[in-house]
Amino acid sequence: MKTYKKLQKKLKTDFSQYPTIRVALTGDAATQFLATAIKGEGVERGYNINLFEADYNQVERQIFDPTSELHQFNADFIIVFQSTHKLCEKHSLLHPEQQVKLAGERIDFIKSICENPALTNKKIIYFNYPEIDDTVFGSYANKVTSSFTYQVRTLNYNLMNLAQQYSNLYICDLAGLQSKFGRNMMFAPNIYTSTEMVLSLDILPYVACRTLDIICAVKGQFKKCLILDLDNTIWGGVIGDDGLEGIQLGHGLGIGKVFSEFQMWVKKLKQRGIIICIASKNDENIAKEPFEKHPDMILKLDDIAVFQANWETKVDNIRTIQQILNIGFDSMVFLDDNPFERNIVRENIQGITVPELPEDPAEYLEYLYSLNLFETASYSDLDKDRTKQYQVEAKRVSLAKTFTNEADFLKSLNMISTVSGFTKFNIPRVAQLSQRSNQFNLRTVRYTETDVTAFAEDPAIIDLCFTLEDKFGDNGLIAVVIMKPLDKDTLFVDTWFMSCRVLKRGMENFTLNTMVETAHKNGYKHIVGEYLPTSKNRMVEQHYLGLGFKQMENTESFRYILDLDDYQPKETFITKNK
Amino acid sequence: MLEDSITYKHHNNSIMNNNDIFEELELIFRDVLDNESIKLNKDTCADEIEEWDSLAHIQLIDSIQKKFNIKFTAKEMLSWDNVGELVECIQTKLG
Repeated sequence: MKTYKKLQKKLKTDFSQYPTIRVALTGDAATQFLATAIKGEGVERGYNINLFEADYNQVERQIFDPTSELHQFNADFIIVFQSTHKLCEKHSLLHPEQQVKLAGERIDFIKSICENPALTNKKIIYFNYPEIDDTVFGSYANKVTSSFTYQVRTLNYNLMNLAQQYSNLYICDLAGLQSKFGRNMMFAPNIYTSTEMVLSLDILPYVACRTLDIICAVKGQFKKCLILDLDNTIWGGVIGDDGLEGIQLGHGLGIGKVFSEFQMWVKKLKQRGIIICIASKNDENIAKEPFEKHPDMILKLDDIAVFQANWETKVDNIRTIQQILNIGFDSMVFLDDNPFERNIVRENIQGITVPELPEDPAEYLEYLYSLNLFETASYSDLDKDRTKQYQVEAKRVSLAKTFTNEADFLKSLNMISTVSGFTKFNIPRVAQLSQRSNQFNLRTVRYTETDVTAFAEDPAIIDLCFTLEDKFGDNGLIAVVIMKPLDKDTLFVDTWFMSCRVLKRGMENFTLNTMVETAHKNGYKHIVGEYLPTSKNRMVEQHYLGLGFKQMENTESFRYILDLDDYQPKETFITKNK
Repeated sequence: MLEDSITYKHHNNSIMNNNDIFEELELIFRDVLDNESIKLNKDTCADEIEEWDSLAHIQLIDSIQKKFNIKFTAKEMLSWDNVGELVECIQTKLG
């Protein structure tokens, strides 16, 4: 467990080389301990938090006086901590007709912080309000708009609405922390009385954690992937021993309920855009059986981006998952009921998060809730699409692994390519790819939309673009060829580039077949290609030789020629869309 | 009424004498104030230990409360003039 003392000790280590984040902290309660906890948690996560702590109870002056120390400090993040205690005090001093307006006034104030022109580039982290149930009206407070309970809940609700309105406003959910740990852990009345501290030493590490969760997420450091063990992690029992009917899952079966609820949580993470993977020591077909056949499984095979069930080590399987997804280990979480496996993974894979799951599966969820593993700084429908793309790529790669023979794999993809000339629909994408393609680009001549339009209108120029679709999805326009006549028999390949997303699919063969066919139709006898080396296109150094072109002699650059009359169409597993 | 009516005893259930309490306190002070050379006697006061400032005082109180399973009143926290008085206070609470 994290303690304040541990965070304090972090500050005695040397963190001067860590990247610096400037944070300003202003509050209406004592914040010295909070400041230390935030700095300590920063070190824990590899940041040097340069923290400006405003003097006690100066929120308004610091924010609205453009000459204040806070403005001069020029923070990246501004933490505003207005306590429920102070709000309660304010409420107590008001007449009931004014009490009704308390939440609204506070919201207006926060709005004015967000709209402050001097703070437009800053991220504002606002602590919401853990409730104090003063029981002045008892539960009847829910019917009384002037009650403190009513006002605090209104305030927290409207803060959420405000956060949707202002992209620079992030709510740090202290109310959520209190609902997790309880008011008695959150607040120590005896210490508050002698110090003005409204957060106990016990809760401070959690508050610091939640604050850093937001800061790190904004900085692009967040979890993208959840890797799960199977036996006794997502269902009770061992599928290999207990069989489909023997594993514990579903309501009405005692412990089974625990795993169903756990899976529901995972499913929601998946729907939110977290990539779900499996790493299990099992026979693959046995491991997949519950996903396919068990009526109480919430997670289906569709939800899993990479399914690694075999007898290799977890470490190897997690590395494979990492290679497929191509994301950092520090963005992965691994859950396994077995402490031995957890330790091996922790020791061998740097950066991965491996929570120390409680022994009793009944405790899994509440424990995981307490860790807030999946903080994010954005959420949109696009996230779901991005996940889909990961899943599609993962499916391709894991399918490839099931084939010993590459050709069989490529065949199984059912690839289809649509070939066309430049049109007003694809010209923007052609130009965009021309600007961006670096690696698979033979001459790296960049063309704008105007240039591309001119080629399209020139009848002497042969322009081709290619899409690629397979059974997993459509990659869109991924390759472009522009050929210009050199003489009446010879075409020169002015441009040939391709998106790296579709490497190793045999797209080069398909492209060349199409080029030759088109050249033939137009009466040409040779195609000449050229390779202009750049710092990034070594990948295609041997491109033309590999395709059967002959290197030309006595040329200033690397030029290659192909004789069309002898051309044998290359083997390809891509079908042309008619 | 949800107020806890349990009176806390030290974990080993035996009544601690002042020496035991001094020993425990010394360990707590050394740990919290991060200074292994701290020695306590009944006359030791905050002025004599550099690291013992008002913030550290809160941490000491928190650690002592946890170690002995007791709770100080807000008034008590501000009342002790030296370690001897603190020890007496703990002793009373341990019964």
